[in-house]
Amino acid sequence: MQITSPQFKANARHALDDAPLQRALGHVRSGFITKRAVAAAALPEFDLLRDNARDIKDHVLAHLDLYLEAYAEKVEAAGGTVHWAETAEDARRIILDICRKRGARTVTKGKSMITEEIGLNAFLEEHSVAPVETDLGEYIIQLRGEHPSHIIAPAVHVNKDQVEADFRRVHTHLDPERNLEEPTTLLGEARAVLRDKYFQADIGITGANFLVAETGSSIIVTNEGNGDLTQILPKTHVVVASIEKIVPTLEDVSQILRVLARSATGQDMSVYTTVSTGPKRAGDPDGPEEYHVVLLDNGRSAMLGTEFQDMLRCIRCGACMNHCPVYHAVGGHAYGWVYPGPMGAVLTPSLIGVDKAGHLPNASTFCGRCESVCPMRIPLPKMMRHWREREFSRNLNPATARYGLALWAFFARRPALYQGVTRLAMGALGLIGRGRGRFSFLPLAGGWTRHRDLPAPQGGTFQAQWAKAKDTRSKSASGRASA
Amino acid sequence: MTATAQTGAQPNETAQAPKTAPRVGLFVTCLVDLFRPSVGFAAVKLMEDAGCLVEVPAAQTCCGQPAFNSGDRKDARAIAVQTIRAFEGYDYVVAPSGSCAGMLKKHYEELFDDDAPARERAAAFSAKVFELVSFLTDVLGVTGVDASFTGSVTYHDSCSGLRELGISRQPRKLLASVEGLELKEMRDPDVCCGFGGTFCVKYPDISNKIVEEKTKTIRESGAGLLLAGDLGCLMNMAGKLKREGSAIEVRHVAEVLAGMTDQPAIGEKRQG
Ligand code: SF4
Repeated sequence: MQITSPQFKANARHALDDAPLQRALGHVRSGFITKRAVAAAALPEFDLLRDNARDIKDHVLAHLDLYLEAYAEKVEAAGGTVHWAETAEDARRIILDICRKRGARTVTKGKSMITEEIGLNAFLEEHSVAPVETDLGEYIIQLRGEHPSHIIAPAVHVNKDQVEADFRRVHTHLDPERNLEEPTTLLGEARAVLRDKYFQADIGITGANFLVAETGSSIIVTNEGNGDLTQILPKTHVVVASIEKIVPTLEDVSQILRVLARSATGQDMSVYTTVSTGPKRAGDPDGPEEYHVVLLDNGRSAMLGTEFQDMLRCIRCGACMNHCPVYHAVGGHAYGWVYPGPMGAVLTPSLIGVDKAGHLPNASTFCGRCESVCPMRIPLPKMMRHWREREFSRNLNPATARYGLALWAFFARRPALYQGVTRLAMGALGLIGRGRGRFSFLPLAGGWTRHRDLPAPQGGTFQAQWAKAKDTRSKSASGRASA
Repeated sequence: MTATAQTGAQPNETAQAPKTAPRVGLFVTCLVDLFRPSVGFAAVKLMEDAGCLVEVPAAQTCCGQPAFNSGDRKDARAIAVQTIRAFEGYDYVVAPSGSCAGMLKKHYEELFDDDAPARERAAAFSAKVFELVSFLTDVLGVTGVDASFTGSVTYHDSCSGLRELGISRQPRKLLASVEGLELKEMRDPDVCCGFGGTFCVKYPDISNKIVEEKTKTIRESGAGLLLAGDLGCLMNMAGKLKREGSAIEVRHVAEVLAGMTDQPAIGEKRQG
């Protein structure tokens, strides 16, 4: 997938001018937030579960190598095959090899952000393997030739009318006069079209929400049941997951599941929680003949032991973006790569480099709402600030910002000088602004005054006024203190 | 204004405020110092009314947040050292801003990760820091103020005050004691106004979109006056409301609590 994160500002401008997108983003603002709040409030131990969830993942990350080995052994013991992929390129190659060996022409896919991360669909198409997305949202954006704009609601930027138009454009074998008014009709049509694909598919590819070290199982949570059909019907099931998806036991999974759906959609549980362990065993009524797991690193192990390690606790619930004012304003595509919102602002620089993704951790007001809802208690603003520190130390931020900051710091570190200069400046500015009480334009303040007025200072600094009144004040105050 | 004439605040009997007048160092904050000194005087009045001895150390400038949030730890640290030194010897350090108080209270320690003694000094300093309204209610036990304001107000929860310092019911409680004041809550008062320090000038278009959503909810509240505890947010929202031609006035919450609303509201011209 083409990276447009360096053009974040232009992307954002474009998104702000996109009226249908802005309408669609309104739903994010209203829908997810209330649902999560209600679900969290209904569970008295919710915050305690968040602590547990954090501790479980912290423990795993401290011993990741051991848990990965244990997990891989269990997968092999259950008859599956584990493939280690250091880079996205490695992962794509491994998956293509499996496709080639099985002579696969069509693969069905459950929803997986990791396959977005490694750009799997485009790669498979280049090599004459047709990937078919089976999650409704993913299916829609595949038809549109787009990428997800949200990690759990990939087509949240698309309106119903647009979906209707896409279905009419692509499903040409159906009656052009059919009625597609109701969202449920659209869903029914997608179901019917996809049903055939499940049976044609040679391979089913899914992601994983959890990999369980104790049992060698992979677990997906979905609401549509498409993931189950994807992994059960074809002869081969390939799980693609990044290494930090490991948890020690099924008990741990159940702890984290209790915060996952509540944080994501406000559900107590997702509709389907599906556990797969190896291929079909003798006596199993169904299941794949082959079971592969592709374990992707792609920059994650390099985050271990750094100030960004906590980010590896992320369970991709999407709560941070659902609550982010910047995401609400510009949507997911503006972020310019796979992961949007606050989690993307931290993760993307780790995965594609802060030189390309530098805008993302900067485009935050540090309002802290993401951290306050993150079920894994990831200190997202703090880590965005760490990225800013890296940028600052590498001189990656714009020169004007750097010089402005240096000039400001020069004065801020010299209180006496600072007070002398500000007294004069604010006195002058106060006089100029006094007539209207505000400025609608000021040189060097264009960033501010483009969209709003700048309130004029009252004139004279507090320090100057206080110094004047000090003598009398200190007398009366000390008189009172000794009284 | 004299310090002894006003005895309006009603300290709660059960609060564990020290018997002798607590010595408070006022951290003015750079925006109040430069743009709205009247907020500083309102803060002084509120604390003196509650029985504090308030001083304003001269060797203060800014809390260092612009440097800290721009990734410039070195300058942030130097400013922190300077601030900690300036406020040595006070029982409390109080700022009329959740954002600056949050910086002083929650972030100074991490600036000295590699220097244990300095870190300890920072921790001791941070323990004394409070945001103004939280200080009045949570520390001094003030339950009401002696002020009146005729009209309806709406209150915006600034992000740092709310999420770093847990300030939400305290200002509402004190506002409820202001005679004649009616609080009309806006929808989602806890949603960011889009200021974000340097964010608003680095990403003006996004900031504008966020503040537009905010002013919409402010207007829908039907209140005639917008209050908050952070001058940065207030200047952002006032600047937008004025650009939109709104008649809603904007003030720092301390001005109303101190009964000091004689100065023109933020962004308004002087009468006459
Ligand atoms: S960072 Fe937290 S809130 Fe955001 S997706 Fe990950 S777990 Fe969810």
